[in-house]
Amino acid sequence: MIAISQLSTELQSESGLVRAVDLLSLTISRGETFALVGESGCGKSMTALSILRLLPDSGRVVAGSVTMGGVDLMALPEQQMRDVRGSKISIIFQEPSTSLNPVMTVGQQIVEVIERHTALRGEVARSKALQWLERVGIPEAARRIDNYPFQMSGGQKQRVMIAIALAAEPDLVIADEPTTALDVTIQAQILDLLKELQQSQQMAMLLITHDLAVVSQMAHQVALMYAGQIVEVASAAEFFATPRHPYAVNLLDALPDAQQRGRRLAAIAGSVPALNQRFSACRFADRCSDVSALCLSAEPALHTLPGGHTVRCVLYRSPDVPGAATRHSDLVHEPQQAVQVQGAQPAQALLQVQDYRVWFPIRKGLLQRTVGYVKAVDGVSFELHSGRTLALVGESGSGKTTVGKALLQLLRGTASITGQAHLDGMPLGNLRGPQLQKARSAIQIIFQDPFASLNPRMRVSELLQEGVAALQPQTSAADRLARIETLLDKVGLPRGSLTRYPHEFSGGQRQRLAIARALAVEPRLIVADEPTSALDVSVQAQILNLLSDLQKELGVAYLFITHNFGVVEYLAHDIAVMKDGKLVEYGAAEQVLAHPQHSYTQALLRAVPRLARRA
Amino acid sequence: MPKFVLLATDLALYFQMLVLVLYVRHALRTPLLRQSWRYVQRDGAAMSAAVVLVVFLLIALLDSVHFRPRLPPAPDAAPAAEIAYSTRTLSVLDVLLTGPREAREKTYSVPLATHQFSKESIQREGVTVRDFPRLQYGGRHLEQPQEQWGGDVLRRSVNGLGSGLLVVVLGAALLLLRQSQRSGQAFMPSALDLWQGRSALPWRAIGVTLTVLLLLVAWVAALWPYYHIMGTDQTGNDVLFVCLKSVRTAVVIGSLATIATIPLALLFGILAGYFKGWVDDGIQYAYTVLSSIPSVLLISAFVLMIQVFIDKNPQWFETGLERADIRLFLLATILGLTGWAQLARLLRAETLKLGELEYVQAARAFGVSHAGIMRRHLLPNVTHIIVIVAVLDFSGLVLYEAVLSYVGVGVDPNTQSFGTMINSARNEMSRDPVIWWTLSTAFAFMVALVLSMTLFASAVREAFDPRARAYRVRPAGASTLPSQEAA
Repeated sequence: MIAISQLSTELQSESGLVRAVDLLSLTISRGETFALVGESGCGKSMTALSILRLLPDSGRVVAGSVTMGGVDLMALPEQQMRDVRGSKISIIFQEPSTSLNPVMTVGQQIVEVIERHTALRGEVARSKALQWLERVGIPEAARRIDNYPFQMSGGQKQRVMIAIALAAEPDLVIADEPTTALDVTIQAQILDLLKELQQSQQMAMLLITHDLAVVSQMAHQVALMYAGQIVEVASAAEFFATPRHPYAVNLLDALPDAQQRGRRLAAIAGSVPALNQRFSACRFADRCSDVSALCLSAEPALHTLPGGHTVRCVLYRSPDVPGAATRHSDLVHEPQQAVQVQGAQPAQALLQVQDYRVWFPIRKGLLQRTVGYVKAVDGVSFELHSGRTLALVGESGSGKTTVGKALLQLLRGTASITGQAHLDGMPLGNLRGPQLQKARSAIQIIFQDPFASLNPRMRVSELLQEGVAALQPQTSAADRLARIETLLDKVGLPRGSLTRYPHEFSGGQRQRLAIARALAVEPRLIVADEPTSALDVSVQAQILNLLSDLQKELGVAYLFITHNFGVVEYLAHDIAVMKDGKLVEYGAAEQVLAHPQHSYTQALLRAVPRLARRA
Repeated sequence: MPKFVLLATDLALYFQMLVLVLYVRHALRTPLLRQSWRYVQRDGAAMSAAVVLVVFLLIALLDSVHFRPRLPPAPDAAPAAEIAYSTRTLSVLDVLLTGPREAREKTYSVPLATHQFSKESIQREGVTVRDFPRLQYGGRHLEQPQEQWGGDVLRRSVNGLGSGLLVVVLGAALLLLRQSQRSGQAFMPSALDLWQGRSALPWRAIGVTLTVLLLLVAWVAALWPYYHIMGTDQTGNDVLFVCLKSVRTAVVIGSLATIATIPLALLFGILAGYFKGWVDDGIQYAYTVLSSIPSVLLISAFVLMIQVFIDKNPQWFETGLERADIRLFLLATILGLTGWAQLARLLRAETLKLGELEYVQAARAFGVSHAGIMRRHLLPNVTHIIVIVAVLDFSGLVLYEAVLSYVGVGVDPNTQSFGTMINSARNEMSRDPVIWWTLSTAFAFMVALVLSMTLFASAVREAFDPRARAYRVRPAGASTLPSQEAA
């Protein structure tokens, strides 16, 4: 129904000409969900924008065609292209809060699309909009049609966005990371909705995502992108059962989940190459474990294997590679011994939290009197032993990050904190002066966003030394330098990094720097606040491996704050589930994951998208 | 040996030059800053503006080396008598332009005129007639001004422009030759590359600007010794000379006032944004009050106070110039001290944003002191705002000086400035025939200065403000820069 052939898109950027999409071809038929998967920066969103011809001003399609119903969209004049957008092809964006106009009611926004692309006008259009709101599952649609976007929750806004996208009944819907900004339970609902609408409308859907679990639930066909190119196309069943490209194999192995527990993840070394260069070799060559001279001599072409499976890899040049499917059996990671906790638990927990409450005052009036509290954390109790990992899970707004910040004593003065938090028996809340400094070097934090957590104006050596200089002023400059050099070795960065600035590092390397910075003061507890959620799957595996290595070596305890259940299943010893500031379930990981007691935990676990793993 | 005089504003200008040099050195060493400035360098308009700005700055600097020339010893003075110095303080620019400076007519004359603008009673062959008298200096080399004037001006203009063109062609050829040698390319292709804009720096734009400037200078140099190019003003001073002298005043006001805003704005902005709470309330209250007072009122009050102070302490100032200068210095300081609210507001907002960023949180988790966080983590990350605001405010302040002098609370009446020129134009514009040249010359100079500063500022803003950069339209077909340039 829609055929993309040899599409190439270039972007003018400060680092030169970026070939974001390179000779991409694919076909999507009616009623089919076609998933375009890949890590960030591989060109999947640019593909979507190229199809719609909505590229930013710096980008343009330099070659290729997009044929739909016998018409080449790339050759249409802009005026006719406007008729195509919305009525033939429409798009659902990632962030529902910015893709709706805040000063129009949701009804008006749906009616706008209906009046633009159909013959319906006025009341008829409005009743059509109402129908759509009902179809996307907005309760009390008749009342809510006159609501403004701010009166709706994130999930509801995304439902409205879907209604807008589908209102003119397009043949193709592009869903660009439609659930990435949403919580896991909402994600499950939105995915179900999309699936159901797609079947009932018999439309084609181009699903763009980085989440392989979502793909395995939704897609009929999968195309895997790497560095601007498609490297593998197959039906979803086949892709997940027998991935062919080494990248696909590695990517699936790099996903953390319960089955990988206790083993090292098969991380892919290095990171995605920059696209502002001309390639003369396979783009994956320097990260590939099966690299051969052939890979470096020329860029490999796509080969079609029997069964319609297409791969861009020299391993499959001849159609019948003996045992191609099992080629990678030797790649299966050597089982590592599970992170063994000392059999006898130490008598005293490293961190003991009792009935912890963090309330943010709501101030009003001229004198800023406190008129009430936002109870961000309301009565949380848990304990954490050295060398163990406690995962604090929950959806956004459940108060999990606040727990971490309060334990680090970052909220003193801004929130009223009651309850007890004891570190080695010392009450954290009452510490002052040198004792507080001592406690600070015992608890450290790793943040989510590696781009915001390092001061861009400081060199790596200054970044790493700052904590030591502040908390252990007695260490000499030479000792400090020696310490941070060993730290760089530990986190796997070259020593030459010391004189460089953070912007010279990739996301994964920055996260290593952040880890090194936290470790520099020799903490015994690290609060890891979503440390991998801003990273790609392959890099996430590197960081998770590093974290578990460090735990084995140094015996640090992690308070792991996350919403990613795969990570939790992979590395947590204990799990605490939070909802609305309260702990709803707390126990050993196996216990909570296998036999959740609380209905909320059960719902949460049901909603997590699962990968249909090959045996 | 003349006696060097160090005026307050001289000192301030030298200090600024020093800071500028240090900043350039720092920027060259810091990759992030170098990258941002390289972005400015690629902007043709900004680089042309920079050329014009450098010329203005040179004029201002030449005009900032002051001295009092030594007077010849009195005929009957004892040999060991103290050396006497002139009471007139001169600058290097004054000395360079001695001709036009001393060529004072009686009153108004039209640009390039040979005769005065107004009639006078003159003795001619024993008879008193009312006629336009010949100028003392303008066109005095002409025997028969009526017949010779047109041809003379044309000949000298052609000579001037011709020699200017010659210099341009020779200079360009020399530079292109060096360029082609260095790049190892043949002469023509490498010249063509530059002409078609295929170079890292916008050499074509810079070249065109330099050419225009050089031609202008050559033309002025050819005519100025013989004519008042832009006429004379009421007291017979050469208007072009007065304009060149006014450049320094504008540069001093623009730069000094900007710099005077920075310390207060930085201190209050960061304190308010970092500590929030009652500190923030107090500082916000202060600048809200400050910005609700009409600034002209506030500044007039200050200037009048200064005037009283200066008049009461005449013994502190050796010459009239020193007195006028201290007033200029204090005016610039006052403009700065009353104008910090806007920058403080911007810095507060940025600090509020940065304070929530994770690296600041991490520093707090390390127990780094408040002062340490503000100095190491906040200050370096708000400097781009200071750079942007400083260059943007410069042009506003130059214009503001004109307004204040027009109102009569600006610089000392003896200080040449665009404001005083415009102020005098109030009467001139109402005369018939109208005296247009004072105002239009001042206007042209001011537009050149302010426009080039604004063009430069907008490029700086774009380079340092990532949001502005993201919205900039860059056509995808534009020429690609060499990749080593980007790395």
